[in-house]
Amino acid sequence: MNNTITDVPSSGGAKKVSRINEVVIRIAGNSQDGIQAIGGFLARLAGRSEQEVMTFMTIPSTISGGPSIFQVRIGSGEVLTSGDEADVLLCFYQHSYEGHINSLKKKGIVLYDSDHVVPKEEWQADYHHVGIPISSLTVEAIGGTAKDKGKNIYSLGLIARMFGLNVTKLEKLLGERFTGKDPSILNNALAAFHAGYANSPSNVMETFQITDSQKYGVQQVVMNGNEAIAYGLIAAGVRFGAAYPITPWTDIMEIMRRELPKYGGSFIQCEDEIASVSMALGASFAGRVAVTGSSGPGIALKTEAIGWAVMAEMPLVIVNVQRGGPSTGMPTNIEQSDLNIAINGGHGDAPRVVLAPANVEDCFYMSIEAVNIARKYNTPVFFLTDQGIATRIEAFPQPDLEKVCQDITPDFTPVASHKPYDLTAKDGVTLHVKPGTRILDGKYPIATGLEHDEYGHPSGSPKVHMLQNAKRRKKLQALGSTMPLPKVYGPSEGNVLLVGWGSTEGPIREAVDRFRAAGDSVSAVHLRYVNPLPNGLENIFSGFHHILVVEMNDEGLYGYGQLGSVLRARYCDAKIQGINKTDGLTWKVKEIVELVKAKAKK
Amino acid sequence: MSQTLTEKPIVPVSVTEIATGERKGLTKKEIAADHPTWCPGCGDFSVLALYFKLIEKRRLWHEKITTISGIGCSSRFPYFVQAHGAHFIHGRALPFASGVSLSRPDLHVFAFSGDGDAFSIGGNHFTHTARKNIKMTLVVMDNQVYGLTKKQTSPTSPLGFKSKTDIWGAVDYPINPAKQAIAVGASFVARTTASNPNHVLATMEAAMDHDGFSFVHCLSECVEFYEGAFDSANPRKGGAFNEVPKNHDVTDEHAAYKLASADFPGNFGVLYNVSKPTKNAKEAEINASFQSKFAGLKDWQILQKTFDRMK
Repeated sequence: MNNTITDVPSSGGAKKVSRINEVVIRIAGNSQDGIQAIGGFLARLAGRSEQEVMTFMTIPSTISGGPSIFQVRIGSGEVLTSGDEADVLLCFYQHSYEGHINSLKKKGIVLYDSDHVVPKEEWQADYHHVGIPISSLTVEAIGGTAKDKGKNIYSLGLIARMFGLNVTKLEKLLGERFTGKDPSILNNALAAFHAGYANSPSNVMETFQITDSQKYGVQQVVMNGNEAIAYGLIAAGVRFGAAYPITPWTDIMEIMRRELPKYGGSFIQCEDEIASVSMALGASFAGRVAVTGSSGPGIALKTEAIGWAVMAEMPLVIVNVQRGGPSTGMPTNIEQSDLNIAINGGHGDAPRVVLAPANVEDCFYMSIEAVNIARKYNTPVFFLTDQGIATRIEAFPQPDLEKVCQDITPDFTPVASHKPYDLTAKDGVTLHVKPGTRILDGKYPIATGLEHDEYGHPSGSPKVHMLQNAKRRKKLQALGSTMPLPKVYGPSEGNVLLVGWGSTEGPIREAVDRFRAAGDSVSAVHLRYVNPLPNGLENIFSGFHHILVVEMNDEGLYGYGQLGSVLRARYCDAKIQGINKTDGLTWKVKEIVELVKAKAKK
Repeated sequence: MSQTLTEKPIVPVSVTEIATGERKGLTKKEIAADHPTWCPGCGDFSVLALYFKLIEKRRLWHEKITTISGIGCSSRFPYFVQAHGAHFIHGRALPFASGVSLSRPDLHVFAFSGDGDAFSIGGNHFTHTARKNIKMTLVVMDNQVYGLTKKQTSPTSPLGFKSKTDIWGAVDYPINPAKQAIAVGASFVARTTASNPNHVLATMEAAMDHDGFSFVHCLSECVEFYEGAFDSANPRKGGAFNEVPKNHDVTDEHAAYKLASADFPGNFGVLYNVSKPTKNAKEAEINASFQSKFAGLKDWQILQKTFDRMK
């Protein structure tokens, strides 16, 4: 809880109420305790209160059970990360207490379930301990059948009291969450919530009030990255998709399967990953620009068909929610190790587009961009996110849906003649004419994976292969020249430039803030258009002595991560070095700071 | 799935059409594209010729049919047909065709495949496309050998067939395509042979008229690498062309399975033909029930309702 501004007397008189700008709360328990639900309530409450919010969660990859955490950071200023250290740790079990006490800042509050946790003597001095028999009080509040259920909502009541959260809004959220279910479920939830709220622990010395946000008038929506992608694709006009379930991609297909019928579209669950990319390509060929998606292993299986999409010049959006690899790897952990497969995966020279959203809001808007690039350039577009951004909840200003929603219903107006692979087309960009379109000269195109002439008929001519390869390359070069150059965060000249991509923008920026506050010359640039790279990056790089590429992947055989290698190959700049890690967790700001200090010294 | 299909001619197509506004059926010349690259004597020529005949006879137009294939000799098919087509990757013609079928109910979707493409590398898709009953016609031209790669064992090669990958004779038990199709839930299963043109045409026509996944298993001889494979089904070569018995009940799954189990060359004709809702129809039904709840709303307004719950 940074920035304690003022102490104000509470209305009750006795206890101290501190005004704070932000708070980081970590809730630790087991995966079936409904921890994600409390975190979700807190995040949505913050969104409705026009506060900034960011969450972080881990779930075990076991089928049921196992330790799980949810961390939420709520603030009235800009929130860039879910926070390095927690102000409050709420723990349900001994293992949650012992495993997460290190994530709590010194003098922070540990709120523990005294039915399950025996506090340690040696930690008493460092952390403020508050024991509450959460399990038994929950049973008392909602009756003997509750067992372990409901203690999450009881704890939500405790937190609400501690931070002076808006009870009316929380009750409304509970009502929405349990709507349509057996009314006794909502009644139990409210009973648990009020019991927790009323418990006003006498040994909590102070309660807190988060200062009001300055963003009055901006309606916010609260969602995670996977939701933002699903709704972004719907806004873009995508009405067909196909996929196979795999963590952490699956949410997107579940949402689209459920939502698309409202818009007259379909999302199909296929027998395997290859069938799903193939079916999506069939729909794109038929005029319905389609989406498929997956994570790690599933993307590897799709690569042959993605090569076909490059060769046949077919629009397609492929969402890759990255997880720890290779092989089955770490299915519920974060990693950025699929950049290579996104840019180069598959055989042959197969250029394609790779976009990487930096936050949840980006997930929404860049999905629309991905669809439009795919349509305009008739190319597969990789949309590269990761486990972290997929599950992290953020609030962002509600999009103007009337403005952003697109109708991309295909046009079947007859054409006089058509060459799908016309070598004289400007920038190599040709149109896809869909089945159902009459071609009046009677010559119909074939979409093909064989090297082909301008009509799509097979050609083994060495010259044709050279020319068609060039066509497929040129159109992406043309796209690259239209891609916006990212803005430098901090001064555009200095000692160190941090380069990041994808979901790591928040911690990198916070690291820059810390360096600058300490007087160090550090700036950052964040790439959202990864392939092709926007023109002019070299001019940004030339303003710095060290270019450090911050990535969650291995440093590789030659000492550079996956983006680092691309940048070194592209710019031949020996200043480019890598800052890498593969612990399966999001970057902590202090980790970046320490690694930058070590690298920039050399 | 709204669409605008303006029939306004941009350049003159035929004088009659401009005068009367009516389109003539296509001629064989208008349907044929590249000259086929198959070896002289290949059974696939016959299947292609009868596909043209089907288009002519049923007055299908270029833009209303889609010809889709995977990889193999048979899968060169789309290049020879003057219509929108796709030559996809090995084994995956069926999911690709499913994407076309499910998003475009206005098109006739035909997939052409070979025994390796459909039953070996694409075996999984054969099972699932059939069980989902996705509306399309699949014609598998089975020559019981890998022809494009020059004589390796195929999943339908009979035991003992000598190939470059089984120089001592095939040791793996072959697949019986018709039996497999019935077992996995195909709603239309027929057998024919390229050496009997009238029968091929009648079978393809019945398959096209079937509302669902229709599977035509068509014997098509590879004269280069497995000459004489189907002589026993060809009366001109001393064999017997046995049609499905007149009293066979095509809706009886067990009878169809039994008939499909007959020793080679077995019986030709429609073995199984039942009417059951297609995936296309089921998805349309789901959509209709959802869309009725949002009648009169624009897409952005439907999405707004969702976003209102995320505040």
